[in-house]
Amino acid sequence: MKRIATALSLALLLAFSAQVARAQTLQTVKQRGQLICGANGTLGGFGLPDPQGNWTGFDVDFCRAIAAAIFNDPSKVKFVPLTAGNRFTALQSGEVDVLSRNTTWTMSRDTTLGLDFAAVTFYDGQGFMVHKSLKVSSALELNGASVCVQQGTTTELNLADYFRSHQMALKTVTFATADEATKAYDSGRCDSYTTDSSQLYSERLRLTNPDDNIVLPEIISKEPLGPAVRQGDDSWEDLVRWTHHAMLDAEELGVTKSNVDEQLKSANPETRRLLGVEGQFGQSIGLTNDWAYRIVKYIGNYGESFDRNVGQGSPLKIVRGLNALWTKGGLQYGLPVR
Amino acid sequence: MAAMADTPVLYVRTAPAEQLPPPIASTGFIGWLRANMFSSAGNTILTLAFAALIFWAVPPLVRFLFIDAVWSGPNREVCLASPAHPEPGACWAFVRVWLSYFIYGFYPIAERWRVDVFFAALALGIGWLGWLSAPRRDLGALYFFVILPVLSFILLYGFPALGLAAVPTNLWGGVLVTIVVATVGIVASLPIGILLALGRRSELPAVRWFAIGFIEFVRGVPLITVLFMASVMLPLFVPQQLEPDKLLRALIGVAMFASAYMAEVVRGGLAAVPRGQYEAARALALTYWRMMGLVVLPQALRVTLPNIVNIFIALFKDTTLVFVVGIFDFLRAIEAARGDPRWATPVTATTGYAFAALFYFIFCYGMARYARSVEVRLSRSDRR
Repeated sequence: MKRIATALSLALLLAFSAQVARAQTLQTVKQRGQLICGANGTLGGFGLPDPQGNWTGFDVDFCRAIAAAIFNDPSKVKFVPLTAGNRFTALQSGEVDVLSRNTTWTMSRDTTLGLDFAAVTFYDGQGFMVHKSLKVSSALELNGASVCVQQGTTTELNLADYFRSHQMALKTVTFATADEATKAYDSGRCDSYTTDSSQLYSERLRLTNPDDNIVLPEIISKEPLGPAVRQGDDSWEDLVRWTHHAMLDAEELGVTKSNVDEQLKSANPETRRLLGVEGQFGQSIGLTNDWAYRIVKYIGNYGESFDRNVGQGSPLKIVRGLNALWTKGGLQYGLPVR
Repeated sequence: MAAMADTPVLYVRTAPAEQLPPPIASTGFIGWLRANMFSSAGNTILTLAFAALIFWAVPPLVRFLFIDAVWSGPNREVCLASPAHPEPGACWAFVRVWLSYFIYGFYPIAERWRVDVFFAALALGIGWLGWLSAPRRDLGALYFFVILPVLSFILLYGFPALGLAAVPTNLWGGVLVTIVVATVGIVASLPIGILLALGRRSELPAVRWFAIGFIEFVRGVPLITVLFMASVMLPLFVPQQLEPDKLLRALIGVAMFASAYMAEVVRGGLAAVPRGQYEAARALALTYWRMMGLVVLPQALRVTLPNIVNIFIALFKDTTLVFVVGIFDFLRAIEAARGDPRWATPVTATTGYAFAALFYFIFCYGMARYARSVEVRLSRSDRR
């Protein structure tokens, strides 16, 4: 009994010392000379190395933006491929500094896993894809439609709820894997296919004639994806959060990768504050004042990163939708730098 | 002459005999067909059914894999259906572009030569030991069991003192991981399995109970469970600083699992050795280890060889399960690559899996063929 108590207190002590070590993430990263970023590694458009081993993707660019802000060099990131099962452990144990792996921000994750979400970088959610020949332009016109869905997922439940709440008849056709569901939809076994909208776009590329299919505008579930950091290091969380908002602000102010040097001479006070011409905002998060300039210089603004990785400039061609700036009917709202 | 004419004639053929049908061919192609394919009504039906099956399955497969296949190209466009190419076949261009990722995973490009050297060193070791009439096989064994593991570790994991930068195992992937896991599992399971089998037949209760407990416990749970336990529970038992590497944990799990099965197979072989052999060895005053090493095990292993190879083959394919603990083996690398939007087409996944099937088939069939040849060689003494 006594031995167990000793072992327990030892374990607590270890856990506590690990906790203390966590508080200094930025310092650790600077000393190491490299940011360690937990990424997906298997999700095209978000986190996937190319055949040469260079990581690309929307979530990957976010980590590169942090590295650019800290080191003035977007290549000072080490990417650690994580699975859905080990991602939180990797963050908790300090294996990675930031988790940027299409992770949904939910209350239970935020409150019970010892981590904090810093921002929502991508508003995802369940959507519908239909054959164009169906001549449907809204999910509300899907009454009586047969819908292909992967079984045993929340996707299946959301689907049933949505159809029931809109008093529409539903015929679900379930499959064990997304692959089978896509094949079945492609062969015409269902009128529609439902899963998270970012995935709908990538599944669309696997269809025989991608252009004969459209993704409907309705999003019926909330999947806010964003980067997470360990709980207990507020200044590091600030840095990660403001990296996202700097990219949003840059897009809103029209600052792009190509014009950022001219924008340094801008008379707009918001631009001047963002790019560090005025104010000491970089220092307040432990960086130099040109931190946001570096982000835009190397990575570009939010819209550029979106287009390049998942938007119109990529094979996925995901529409901005909810991820448009608030000024254009979306939800992405850059907080003011002042 | 006249007397002959008086003799009553009993039988005279007045017309040429009717020609008999030619005998049923028992040689040549027709004869072979008759004997093997159409020897009875049941066999005829089976033959026709299989002929139909082959005719139905093979031509489309050949057309998909070879005739309609796309061998090179810059992106997904080449693998899509087009007016000139209405039925898209296998997208080998995708495999070509991603091949290095399938082989090395995330291993840094500048360091990939180390993996190549490892493959070559491993091939040398396997060749040296596997080719039964190779020179100095004693040196080969020393090389394979002592030098090669150290060399592989230094090469793959890195050794900064020698100028080889450390490459943490989370960057390993693809064929490299599959080969490492399978090789470690195979090489570790045979000796451990033999020891466990001997332990299970031991007269010392402590040894016997440990062996029985280990074997039954590990055999009683699926490999996935063993892997999960090795990767999740092992770190709980050791201090944080000593926490074993993730790949190492999986290697331990795989080796444990394979050893338990190996032990049971070897025990079967030990039981098949007649009691007289043990007694004769004892009568010659051989010690326990000499008795086992010189008399019993050579006979036991010979009869169990097919089963041992069976375990090796099963283990090689089971390595794909390491993905559940987040390790990127060959199959997982293919699954990751097929998510690349630059190559997403209706045929990408199929092509990737076809490639995986080919890879696993070559290795498993190679092992089976090799085992067969060794078996033939070992059974010469039984031939009458």
